[in-house]
Amino acid sequence: MATNGSTLATLKRGQKGIIRAVNAADPQVQRLMVLGLVEGTEVEHASSAIGGDPMEFRLFGCGISLRQEHAQHFHVAPVAAGD
Amino acid sequence: MTKSTETRVPVNEITVAKRTDASIAVVGNPNSGKSTLFNRLTGLKQRIGNYPGVTVERHIGTLKTETATLELVDLPGTHSLSAHSLEEHIAVDVIFGRMEGTRAPDGILAVLDATNLYQGLFLVQQLVELELPMIVALTMTDAAEKSGIQIDTAELSALLGVPVYPVVATTGTGLNLLRSALADIKQVTPPRRIRVWPALSEAASQLAENASEPLRFAELERLLIDGATDSNQVIVGKLSDAARSKLAGVRSELFESEPPIARDARIRYAWVRGVLDKVQKSAPAYVSWRSRITDFVNRPVPGTIGLFLVMAIVFQAVFAWATPMMDAIDAGSSALGAAVFERLGDTAFSSLIADGVIAGVGSVVIFLPQIMILFLFIILLEDSGYLARAAYLMDRTMRSVGLSGQSIIPMISSFACAVPGIMATRVIPNRRDRISTIMAAPFMTCSARLPIYALLIAAFVPATNVGILNLQGLVLFGLYLFGIVMGILTALLMRKTTLRGPKPPFALMLPEFRRPNLQTVGIQLLGRAKVFLKRAGTVIFAVAVIIWALAYFPRSDEIPSGLDANSAAAVQMEQSWLGRAGKVIEPVFEPLGWDWRVSSAVIAGFPAREVVIAVLGTVYAVGDDADEGTLSTRLKSATRPDGSKVFTLPMVIGLLIFYACCLQCVATLAIIRRETNTWRWPIFAWTYMTVIGYVGALLAFQLGSA
Repeated sequence: MATNGSTLATLKRGQKGIIRAVNAADPQVQRLMVLGLVEGTEVEHASSAIGGDPMEFRLFGCGISLRQEHAQHFHVAPVAAGD
Repeated sequence: MTKSTETRVPVNEITVAKRTDASIAVVGNPNSGKSTLFNRLTGLKQRIGNYPGVTVERHIGTLKTETATLELVDLPGTHSLSAHSLEEHIAVDVIFGRMEGTRAPDGILAVLDATNLYQGLFLVQQLVELELPMIVALTMTDAAEKSGIQIDTAELSALLGVPVYPVVATTGTGLNLLRSALADIKQVTPPRRIRVWPALSEAASQLAENASEPLRFAELERLLIDGATDSNQVIVGKLSDAARSKLAGVRSELFESEPPIARDARIRYAWVRGVLDKVQKSAPAYVSWRSRITDFVNRPVPGTIGLFLVMAIVFQAVFAWATPMMDAIDAGSSALGAAVFERLGDTAFSSLIADGVIAGVGSVVIFLPQIMILFLFIILLEDSGYLARAAYLMDRTMRSVGLSGQSIIPMISSFACAVPGIMATRVIPNRRDRISTIMAAPFMTCSARLPIYALLIAAFVPATNVGILNLQGLVLFGLYLFGIVMGILTALLMRKTTLRGPKPPFALMLPEFRRPNLQTVGIQLLGRAKVFLKRAGTVIFAVAVIIWALAYFPRSDEIPSGLDANSAAAVQMEQSWLGRAGKVIEPVFEPLGWDWRVSSAVIAGFPAREVVIAVLGTVYAVGDDADEGTLSTRLKSATRPDGSKVFTLPMVIGLLIFYACCLQCVATLAIIRRETNTWRWPIFAWTYMTVIGYVGALLAFQLGSA
């Protein structure tokens, strides 16, 4: 995959990425897709709780928190800073 | 006289005359400003009830305009018409008109948050397919403007085929236009269906063939996406036999191996992004106080420290602000009781009124200050968006004990009082998590345990210092810690046994911080108070009167006349049903080192644990120096018939452990019943906690005395 193995879980704080592929087998991942985490959407890793889990992502102004175990199912293409 | 009956208007005709012109379902994402708008439109003309068989609240309000009387149903927030949680199932069932006891809506008021069009349009697009008259209220347009978002409402309205009314619910801007539009909602032409997903529409029309009654497209589409789930059986029943046998085939052809929910999200969000490109322009946002706060709490360490500060303030306020009010209620009901005796004399009737009814009502009302203050904070924190962030920050910690971050607020609230704490578990969407939290909450040291701890510690723990710490304070701290450990163990135990299940999904929306609307806060606060007084009040009151009767009857003439009031009360207590019960049950509590007096005080404390102090005060009030000695000196000098002390250190430690564990609080039991909708959980909690308390006290006494 052209995402170099990057997933939402590997995005650094403040880094943006565009979701390229979602491994949707897990019903909890499907639930996150209903909240808007689907292919083509740009997301930003906004914050993490202590220990780096759960993580908060921003998309179109709304914040969603998800656990690392779910974040790794979302493959992203990181967007270079300044874009 | 018989003729006059003909002119009487039958009751049902009166209600017909007052009937509403239209029922409108208010639908929107969670946190879309839906409830603020609903409160703003209906004000105090609201009824809060429950949907049949579940603990989800139904909010129905009336909106009167010059031309119409409308019934507004504030539905639980939902992200999609494919329901996920219980709340979403209810929202969807009401929308489709298949909720028992709730009118099928004549129209939809869709609430769209201008600062979150992305998720909002995902839902609104599905609502458009309902083919019902529909109006969109675009809320929080002021917040959107401030953060630099410009929305072309005319274009949005054209793309959706639905009238769009921008409003600011907090200030009332745009509400008059919205009201008059709602009054004529039945004249609004249902929107044309948007061709977002043609393959789904074709599959739906295949199913609609030869159906026994007309089927709505939206329902058929949901049937295709969700499959023949329980709530979809209604639609399956309406299909023709041919369509029913085709269903599985049509679905697998449509979705192949892709999960339908995932396909639904992919297709509709792609459409939403297209719409956003056309209607939304983002100008560079200036740094608002909101984003500054968000930035601060976004860093893990300051965020977590901030959370503890906030909780410390809330906890402190619940204690410090409530105490004067609770003292005032206590003093008020005592004074009222004394006044009753003064007016009516010392009769059974005046005792029923004073000690039963007034004290009983007092024991309910006394919880109100704490509930109101705690809920004021919870509502403020929830409406400002902070509650979600607290859950987010504490998720990892709470997960280690088998719960999720959403349990933190109820748990901490329970240190003040388990009743509002348990009411606050509503924020937990997962049922297993919620019940585990409810079972753990009563172990937290509530303010009613504090006077008992204070009395026993002051009387029996020496006020010496251990290092720089005071031993009495240390024991009190130990009791708090003990409660926390017991609560956590209970939650772990529940999650490992009866409530075992998959880890709850954790997808939490983290809304932007916003200033709460005071009117909405006030309306919610009043609603909470009403619910508590009505539901819990009836049970607590009934039990208080029963305990009064047990302590009052049977009356005996054998009380020697020369006794002072205190001693006479003590003699009466000994030969009352309560005293007799204490004696009957004494053998059960004998291994814990309790005599019949302590036993009857513990029985009397069943409705509310703090009552135990009052009863101990009565039963140990014998002797001439009773008036001079404080309760703690009287307890210290209490002896058994053989002259040995009743309150030995092991017995006191046992009593403390018993009170740390047992669930002597009818208010809590009543609220567990209400929140779980079954007697099973309150009965289990009571038995479980009493057994643990008994065993703990037994061990302490037997090991300590050995």
